[in-house]
Amino acid sequence: MVDAGFIASLLASSIRAGTPLLYATLGETLTERSGILNLGIEGIMITGAFTGFAVSILTGNPWLGVLFAGFAGMALAFIHAFFSITLKANQPITGLMIVLLGLGITGFFGRSYIGEVAVYINPIHIPYLSSLPYVGEILFTHDPLAYIAVILAAVLWFLLFKTRYGLEIIAAGENPEAADSVGVDVDRIRYISTLIGGFLVGIGGAYLSLAYAKLWTEGMTAGRGWICLALVIFSGWMPQRAVLGAYLFGGLDVLSFKLQATGVGISYHLMRMVPYVVTIVVLLFSVIRKRAAFGAPASLGVPYIRGRKQ
Amino acid sequence: MEAILEMRNIVKRFGDVVANDHVNLKVRKGEIHGLLGENGAGKTTLMNVLYGIYQPDEGEIIFEGRKVRFKSPRDAISAGIGMVHQHFMLVPRMNVLQNVILGYRTPSDPLINHKWVESKVEKLSEKYGIDIALYEVVMNLSVGEEQRVEILKALFRDVKLLILDEPTAVLTPQEVDSLFYALKSMTKSGLTIIFITHKLKEALKVTDRITVLRKGKNVGTVITAETSERELARMMVGRDVVMDVAKPEVEFGREVLRVEDLWVKDDRGGFAVKGVSFSIREGEIFGIAGVSGNGQKELEEAIAGLRTPARGKILLDGKDITKLGVEKRNEIAYVPEDRIGVGLAPSLSVLENLMLKDFKKYRKGLVLDYEKMEERAKELIEEFSVKTPSLHSPASTLSGGNIQRLILARELSRSPRLIIASQPTRGLDVAGIDYVRRRLVESAAKGCAVLLISEDLDEIFQISDRIAVIFEGEIRGIMERKEADYERVGYLMAGGLEVAV
Ligand SMILES: Nc1ncnc2c1ncn2[C@@H]1O[C@H](COP(=O)(O)OP(=O)(O)O)[C@@H](O)[C@H]1O
Ligand SMILES: [Mg+2]
Repeated sequence: MVDAGFIASLLASSIRAGTPLLYATLGETLTERSGILNLGIEGIMITGAFTGFAVSILTGNPWLGVLFAGFAGMALAFIHAFFSITLKANQPITGLMIVLLGLGITGFFGRSYIGEVAVYINPIHIPYLSSLPYVGEILFTHDPLAYIAVILAAVLWFLLFKTRYGLEIIAAGENPEAADSVGVDVDRIRYISTLIGGFLVGIGGAYLSLAYAKLWTEGMTAGRGWICLALVIFSGWMPQRAVLGAYLFGGLDVLSFKLQATGVGISYHLMRMVPYVVTIVVLLFSVIRKRAAFGAPASLGVPYIRGRKQ
Repeated sequence: MEAILEMRNIVKRFGDVVANDHVNLKVRKGEIHGLLGENGAGKTTLMNVLYGIYQPDEGEIIFEGRKVRFKSPRDAISAGIGMVHQHFMLVPRMNVLQNVILGYRTPSDPLINHKWVESKVEKLSEKYGIDIALYEVVMNLSVGEEQRVEILKALFRDVKLLILDEPTAVLTPQEVDSLFYALKSMTKSGLTIIFITHKLKEALKVTDRITVLRKGKNVGTVITAETSERELARMMVGRDVVMDVAKPEVEFGREVLRVEDLWVKDDRGGFAVKGVSFSIREGEIFGIAGVSGNGQKELEEAIAGLRTPARGKILLDGKDITKLGVEKRNEIAYVPEDRIGVGLAPSLSVLENLMLKDFKKYRKGLVLDYEKMEERAKELIEEFSVKTPSLHSPASTLSGGNIQRLILARELSRSPRLIIASQPTRGLDVAGIDYVRRRLVESAAKGCAVLLISEDLDEIFQISDRIAVIFEGEIRGIMERKEADYERVGYLMAGGLEVAV
């Protein structure tokens, strides 16, 4: 039955399903704002998911799991940064290499963890607020990481648009030569943005295994990394819009389960395809119309070499 | 007087090219020091070395009495050096204020103290007469305004030495005057300025002393008040130059080109040419002056047949050619602004580029008659003195001047009725400039109609019979050269309207 209760529970689970997307989208937004295109999100997310799960089992502390997932993400992002920033390599190719690396490593080491049970991150029901009708369920029954994600979006917005750091990050992504000419250390900015970006993407992965699905399986990110790439474009490289985008795609993801449960006669498999189809359409559009029309940083994916003849 | 800067024996190589070959430069405190030289002389390289963008291979820099080594622009900035680059270093999507403070820490750092910035900029504006809207997005500014932002950026950092790399290339004569005025007022308050140019007149007008570079070496430093255009030209080029191409007066014949109420769209779909009408007769050179980006590109492409006009008519010898393709406009020779992109097939050989439009003539069954083509190409290379390693070298390996000669050879040898020449001498050396202008004048004398589109007012005034000014896609006044003067043309180029007197 589709009624108010159904809608409320759908919205609540959209937020849960959207949170890992939000972390990864925010991370990639930061990275891309500085001019580095990291196509490796899928590989970084899966590495975060596995690292978080394994560390939680080994230490019994899921929060340590989340932290280490972030570090693992950072480590992969460092590889990407080193190749793209220091060696000026082709960024799409390095990114794809990171995807394969992440999927490969986690597939190999993760085999023995399949079916294991870790300590998870559980929702907290905020007293009083969570018992409000509908609104309570939608907004106040989540785990701490879900709230942190929203705060993070606000922080990132503030950082990018209200501080000198943001000015320098955006300038590095738009016109690195101009930034360099006024003494901004473009390479350093790009390194930091890529590393922090990788950290956030890693946490997005940990959220999947420790808070959302609460299990570990090989390849469990199931293309979410690619969805996040589309979400960055979809949100016009704006953290505040990434929140809506992530929840929307989270909603599309859960809708298929929910509808199946209510017995509505739409093919489950068809519904599962929707987020991916939308992703492909968004990516396709961004190729057909010039990327700049969407607000892409003008030097996204272009290595910066000081004094190179134009 | 005390020297603020001394560069000694600077050497900078790029592979085999020695861009700076033991260059010395001594700049006094409070002066405007001109750095003069032809394109490729090494002016920009020398200043990039000073600004920390390049590391010199040899030599040393003494700034304010101390030996310095700038590893990056950041070091140069903190020492008190500012540079306005030839290609502006702005972030188009940011506003003026953001561009000005990029890389700077305001008192509330890392937050941005807008009030503080505003008041500091206001003081600078008052002092130097540089007026600019702080919250305008740079993308929407004119080139002149962009330059003011660049200068403001430097002044904002309280520089002691300001380098301006070819600052006048993009300005109208009035804007040049107000720039010179601002520069003078800066030196009054103690700033030192290095002014890079390849234009003799400007160097003479605004500087106190001039250092001349030629082919990476320095030729010498002269006191502006004691030198002349002739002496500077000789230092710059290395021999006496006669720059006296002049358009002889001829009887004009029949009308060759007629453009009626032409409207042309640019790539973004807006109108770049708005209702332009003019005509050119046999033997006449019609010069269109204007700052780049005011519809010149769309206009020339429409007449050459590369862009379909939205409205209006183009008539060649009375025949309507508005809708004809390029290949049907054989009587038009086109020397485009974008020589390498439009004028050439850069990876094809010199031979193929010369014959590009004549392959049909040299068909031998299914293949081309290369022997005959080579014969003809050799004649052309001779006639137009194109310097090339061989007929079979890729055209892209030629120098700028020789690329232009190659294009002229191909276009002018086909006895055209109309020549469209757009920015034909931009970036060429003195000999190249002279050659191109001479050729255009000769072609006109033989009865061609010539449409000359140029930003260079000297060029327009030197060889045109009539002068028109284009501004934002409209022709703002057409005048006989005899009636025209720089001031009036400059005024129209800046968007001024003619008032009926
Ligand atoms: N980054 C670079 N790489 C290779 N060659 C360069 C580079 N910069 C300048 N050159 C070469 O050095 C010479 C001097 O150039 P430049 O300093 O730009 O001259 P100018 O500013 O006087 O026109 C030219 O031959 C140019 O091609
Ligand atoms: Mg230069």
